[in-house]
Amino acid sequence: MHDSPMKKRIKKAKTVDSLMTKIFYIFGSFFLFFLLILAAYIIGKGVIDFYPELLTFTSKGIGNQFFNTIYLVFLSLVISVPLGVAAGIYMAEYSKDGKFLTFLRICIESLSSLPSIVVGLFGYLVFILMTGAKWNLMAGALAVSILSLPLITTTTEDAIRSLPKGFKEGSMALGASQWRTISKVLLPACLPRIATGIILAAGRGFGEAAALLYTAGQSTIINWSNWDITSPTCPLNPFRPGETLSLHIWGMRTEGSLNPNASAIANFSAAVLVIMVLAFSLLARVITRRISKKSGGLI
Amino acid sequence: MTDIHAKEQTNIKFTVESLNLFYGDFQALNDINLTIEKNEITALIGPSGCGKSTFLKTLNRMNDLEPNVTINGNIYLDSVDVNKDMDAIELRKRVSMVFQQPNPFPKSVYDNVAYGPRINGIRKKTQLDEIVERSLKQAAIWDEVKDRLHKSALGLSGGQQQRLCIARTLALEPEVILMDEPTSALDPISTMKIEDLASELKKNYTIVIVTHNMQQASRISDKTAFFLLGNLVEFDTTITLFSQPSDKRTEEYITGRFG
Ligand SMILES: Nc1ncnc2c1ncn2[C@@H]1O[C@H](COP(=O)(O)OP(=O)(O)OP(=O)(O)O)[C@@H](O)[C@H]1O
Ligand SMILES: [Mg+2]
Repeated sequence: MHDSPMKKRIKKAKTVDSLMTKIFYIFGSFFLFFLLILAAYIIGKGVIDFYPELLTFTSKGIGNQFFNTIYLVFLSLVISVPLGVAAGIYMAEYSKDGKFLTFLRICIESLSSLPSIVVGLFGYLVFILMTGAKWNLMAGALAVSILSLPLITTTTEDAIRSLPKGFKEGSMALGASQWRTISKVLLPACLPRIATGIILAAGRGFGEAAALLYTAGQSTIINWSNWDITSPTCPLNPFRPGETLSLHIWGMRTEGSLNPNASAIANFSAAVLVIMVLAFSLLARVITRRISKKSGGLI
Repeated sequence: MTDIHAKEQTNIKFTVESLNLFYGDFQALNDINLTIEKNEITALIGPSGCGKSTFLKTLNRMNDLEPNVTINGNIYLDSVDVNKDMDAIELRKRVSMVFQQPNPFPKSVYDNVAYGPRINGIRKKTQLDEIVERSLKQAAIWDEVKDRLHKSALGLSGGQQQRLCIARTLALEPEVILMDEPTSALDPISTMKIEDLASELKKNYTIVIVTHNMQQASRISDKTAFFLLGNLVEFDTTITLFSQPSDKRTEEYITGRFG
């Protein structure tokens, strides 16, 4: 029996469909494997080179750098999330199309493609030289914020713009103000996407080295029993120098290589850093999912 | 305002005078004049693209949200000019709207309905519970959602979502309810429920409803306005408009010869 032209066409469409599905699967699994192998390699090397002293909060261990990394990312998010989200809201909801907005877009785009060493040197100039301060965590957090701000701004703007028009109309038609509409309907609805932006921004903070070289500095002198926040050795003082893990890795591979354990320290630091980034994004996802689900949101 | 003037106005909710509306250069409404009476259902009919939704939105200034919209002419709500002498937010609390596409918020069923009352500052749980239940019952959807009040409204079917949106509007207790084809996504039974609801509501509210369904317009409305290409061709009591239309185009449209 001969297939009718219609049947032939359907058959062809199905073949193409399944072929494309396979191709996308291959691409998808390639990246997954790549990530898994990379992570396994880094973590594996870290585990092999591990010795207990690495876990101490002394100059022999990486505890201080671990703490500095978390603290710096925290500080930079405290700065960049409110600013970036506010800017994104402005771009999506308040700005009028026109020359000014185009100009603003160009600024944000160029900001997002600035090399991080340039931002680092700019930070050194402004936050260190101009203020006359020593290298400090806050300067590092500000430099990282410059890098992550465009990311948070654009993800927030895109997230709001991609919402169905009906959400806004529905809210406004009930007599809600624009701000109420944004804060009670639009922002909760795009929380998961904004969270993605924040995770990416935090990722920059975790991984950044060049921008921190001349801002947060490469030394850490902390006294863990000193809780006077104004003292330069208090762990929580944001105006003390603080080397992060990624900078530590870089340091151990360059000038620090005189240290006989340099390679082991670097490998273990890298493993810790990878685990930190993974744990942070997992945690952020779980939290947003939970909030979103609780409020009856999209996912 | 003199007494005579006041008496004249008592039954009139909206007065629309020489209203023109432009989307950029495109004129979507052309010199519209009509009055909408209190406690009546006014139906807007006409072929797709003739400006029914656009006109409906001018009544609560939802067109303000669109860029490049120019309006001239006057719209009075209880003799107050809505474009000049009224705050859009105040206006929308009094004149609320159900849209052509159901648009529940990505929140729970309960939070959707409580949204309007919360805007108005109602915080007490017992009071909100009561409003939510009453509104959902009025919109003929209570039985279907009473066991899932705290689940996402996005999980409802299209027809259920539309009734939820109606409940959301009712919870606000506006003076006027604008409905843009509220039953186009509903099955005959829920359509009937909404029609009954509309007839019931007109005791306390004023309703303006857009519909493509001639039977629906003739079943529930008191007045009908027929729009064509941005013009108001004919506006009369529903009985007259459907039995003895004065314009040939109206007759052709309602008898199904075009549109
Ligand atoms: N935001 C807009 N910008 C530009 N033109 C618009 C806009 N909204 C509507 N129009 C145009 O205005 C005219 C009237 O549109 P409107 O939505 O009011 O029609 P309608 O009578 O409600 O049609 P339907 O029955 O299909 O819903 C149409 O020609 C439409 O293309
Ligand atoms: Mg319409």
